[in-house]
Amino acid sequence: MDPKDKKKKLSPTKMAMPEQPAAERVHNFYEVPMGYTPEMAMEEAKRCIQCKKPLCVGGCPVNIDIPWFIKYIAEGKFLEAAHKLKETNGLPAVCGRVCPQEDQCEKVCIIGKKGDPVSIGRLERFAADFEREHGEVAVPVIPTSTGKKIAVVGAGPAGLTVAGDMIKKGHKVTVFEALHAPGGVLVYGIPEFRLPKKIVEAEVDYLKRMGVDLQLNAVIGKFETIDEIFADGYEAVFVATGAGAPKLMNIPGENLVGVYSANEYLTRVNLMKAYQFPDYDTPVLLGRRMVVIGAGNTAMDAARTALRLGPEEVTIVYRRSREEMPARAEEIHHGEEEGLKFQLLTNPVRFIGDRDGKLTAIECVQMELGEPDESGRRRPVAIAGSEFTIECDVAIISVGNDVNPLIPHSTPDMRITKWGTIIIDQDTGRTNKRGVFAGGDIVRGGATVILAMGDGRRAANSMHEFLETGEW
Amino acid sequence: MYEIAEKIELSHGVYIFKIKAPGIARKRKAGQFVMIRTDEHGERVPFTIMDPCNDDGTITILVQEVGKSTSILCGMNKGDFILDAVGPLGHPTHIEKYGTVVCVGGGIGTAPVLPIAKAMKAGGNKIVSIIGARTHGLVILEKEMGEVSDELHVTTDDGSYGHHGFVTEVLQKFLDEGVQIDLVLAVGPLPMMRAVCDVTKPFKVHTLVSLNPIMVDGTGMCGACRVTVGDKTRFVCVDGPEFDGHEVDFDEIIKRNRTYFKEEKRAMEELTYHEGPRCYEEG
Ligand SMILES: Cc1cc2nc3c(=O)[nH]c(=O)nc-3n(C[C@H](O)[C@H](O)[C@H](O)COP(=O)(O)OP(=O)(O)OC[C@H]3O[C@@H](n4cnc5c(N)ncnc54)[C@H](O)[C@@H]3O)c2cc1C
Ligand SMILES: Cc1cc2nc3c(=O)[nH]c(=O)nc-3n(C[C@H](O)[C@H](O)[C@H](O)COP(=O)(O)OP(=O)(O)OC[C@H]3O[C@@H](n4cnc5c(N)ncnc54)[C@H](O)[C@@H]3O)c2cc1C
Ligand code: SF4
Ligand code: SF4
Ligand code: FES
Repeated sequence: MDPKDKKKKLSPTKMAMPEQPAAERVHNFYEVPMGYTPEMAMEEAKRCIQCKKPLCVGGCPVNIDIPWFIKYIAEGKFLEAAHKLKETNGLPAVCGRVCPQEDQCEKVCIIGKKGDPVSIGRLERFAADFEREHGEVAVPVIPTSTGKKIAVVGAGPAGLTVAGDMIKKGHKVTVFEALHAPGGVLVYGIPEFRLPKKIVEAEVDYLKRMGVDLQLNAVIGKFETIDEIFADGYEAVFVATGAGAPKLMNIPGENLVGVYSANEYLTRVNLMKAYQFPDYDTPVLLGRRMVVIGAGNTAMDAARTALRLGPEEVTIVYRRSREEMPARAEEIHHGEEEGLKFQLLTNPVRFIGDRDGKLTAIECVQMELGEPDESGRRRPVAIAGSEFTIECDVAIISVGNDVNPLIPHSTPDMRITKWGTIIIDQDTGRTNKRGVFAGGDIVRGGATVILAMGDGRRAANSMHEFLETGEW
Repeated sequence: MYEIAEKIELSHGVYIFKIKAPGIARKRKAGQFVMIRTDEHGERVPFTIMDPCNDDGTITILVQEVGKSTSILCGMNKGDFILDAVGPLGHPTHIEKYGTVVCVGGGIGTAPVLPIAKAMKAGGNKIVSIIGARTHGLVILEKEMGEVSDELHVTTDDGSYGHHGFVTEVLQKFLDEGVQIDLVLAVGPLPMMRAVCDVTKPFKVHTLVSLNPIMVDGTGMCGACRVTVGDKTRFVCVDGPEFDGHEVDFDEIIKRNRTYFKEEKRAMEELTYHEGPRCYEEG
């Protein structure tokens, strides 16, 4: 394919992806975008002009060879495309769905200067789905065992990446996971309609087939400490426990019945399947008027999950304006289509309850935007005397996460920041403790799936080197 | 999968289970708990580990049938497998030589008190225990508590056995008489723990309670178990389960424990309706 020939015919707009109509999807938990057909994927792939110096690659945190895999798709070689992706990205079906592509690879795609960039994420998803759905996920040849054992703590994207990389290098790998299901935020946080759990299961299954030993229900710091893991003969440990502790707001009434953290709400619904209560035993309160506080991706996930459980109304309450909302534009758009309401420049000051301790309303103040703060965004300032109340029976606080202190507390000789995140050497993922590496949200304090995976990749390389040389 | 090694019916609707969980058994200390999920559709339910040390790789829990999840568990038998058991969770009880420790167990709360009393005894303390129940048939672990205590008092609400009245009355009497008490440890229904704290507060006797809020993960990830202690929000699963009872907002936790009252009732009704063991056709 000669790029020059194609140039004239290039469509300035990307191939649309079929979606479940909003009116239908608010009543179910099936995936919203339904994916490209092979024809659509080939058509879209042809929009890539196969740059000699592809900017897109630099925009991807793990530097996937984007033009190459897209070329395979354009040629109809879908399995080759998937294999190409897997060389650098262990979870393409996941990243193709949840990566903030518009801020990464697609943001710098050259043809995005004139029209829409190439839909790199959707193509990535297509190739990975094609491979999985056609049962062609081949297990790579594992080199002869090095006889060395390594442990991974936490089965989120960072931990799973290290597990995959290290087993492919011939080491024995055990993953310790606190919950009863592997996947981290991918299973307990991100809802089914955005990332079907069977995809995560398939990825984990692939690791198991390669020989990764997965120990669920193992809370490190309680069940075993990191030092005990070493004492059991493991030669290196990768800590990837995420940033799983919910931040609360420290305002009165926060512990009223009906006030949830986004983590609790999403865990009940996703991991514990409360949307199928009472077939599944874990309940969740079905609100009539629900409020979600915050406007990040987690808030959108909580709000869109809530919408599917049939309340009269779900409102996002956010203290800044629309432009500052941290959630992906696509998610906000999807939420709006599904009927999500927004109450912007509004900050809760107090939760109000009835005699039974049940939430009935939130007292809020109106905000205006002042001077820019450290984050460069204009600081919201309360307008004196502007208090008003919003009636609601369920509120979901989604204002960020802290680091869970279990590992830092049980490993006092590992250096951490004042926020509790683990300090590592950026290039190698090494902590100050010999043999211990870390990456993902436990280091970054809340980032993205692909950054967590990138950390895992770097740490695995460095860990391999450590095992070979013994040098720290 | 975790095999049930033994099941004993203690009184009506109260069972002791020994579960094979060597990893947990190796590490657990008095005061800690496990989360159990019986099967794929189950909730994660917290239970205190009752034995301070079985040497055979098992842990012992005592379960009272109160709703759907506990009924499903109580319907399981020796040889059956529990899908998930996670632990040991929570901080172990802080053991030191206080002097005289009064251990108060209300109802099945006596089960979690037992290992703590044993550990306190081993720590060089004098143990005075007060255990209570509604009626004689519901008094549990009397023999075991007697073995570890220097003094044991039993109360029943209806007077069918021991002291006629509440555990708090015995405690009140000790305090009024000026008996030296260095620490009170109370486990039982929330109203009982609150009543114990009300009794000890005027005497400024340090009082520990073991809280039992609703939990989901048990690892500090969700905040379902939060409770106000001394004006600060704490997570019982990772900061507790034991707290200074004089600081706990009991009113709040009692109300929070009623959150799913309607749903629990519905779940129970459906369970009784579909008699027999649970069997699912996965779709
Ligand atoms: C609701 C929500 C939506 C999000 N949406 C997106 C999105 O669309 N796109 C995107 O790129 N990012 C998104 N993110 C962020 C992304 O999910 C995280 O950055 C990423 O999952 C971090 O990966 P991780 O492997 O570091 O940690 P996690 O995914 O948090 O995994 C950590 C794992 O470690 C386990 N663990 C914790 N403590 C212990 C212990 N002591 N012992 C053993 N195991 C332990 C946990 O149970 C968990 O399974 C979202 C986050 C949330 C909460
Ligand atoms: C740290 C901790 C340790 C515990 N140890 C034990 C133990 O050793 N043995 C034991 O039998 N139980 C123990 N519990 C309580 C046990 O977890 C609950 O009884 C169980 O969750 C009820 O589940 P269910 O589905 O059967 O009942 P549900 O349907 O959830 O509830 C039925 C009834 O029980 C009440 N209830 C629900 N949750 C609790 C709770 N956490 N505490 C008290 N009442 C509750 C409800 O208000 C309702 O009236 C402990 C709880 C915690 C947090
Ligand atoms: S992994 Fe994410 S950033 Fe990288 S190419 Fe795929 S969608 Fe883009
Ligand atoms: S920058 Fe855009 S057009 Fe160029 S190779 Fe990458 S995806 Fe293709
Ligand atoms: S039960 Fe989830 S934080 Fe305690």
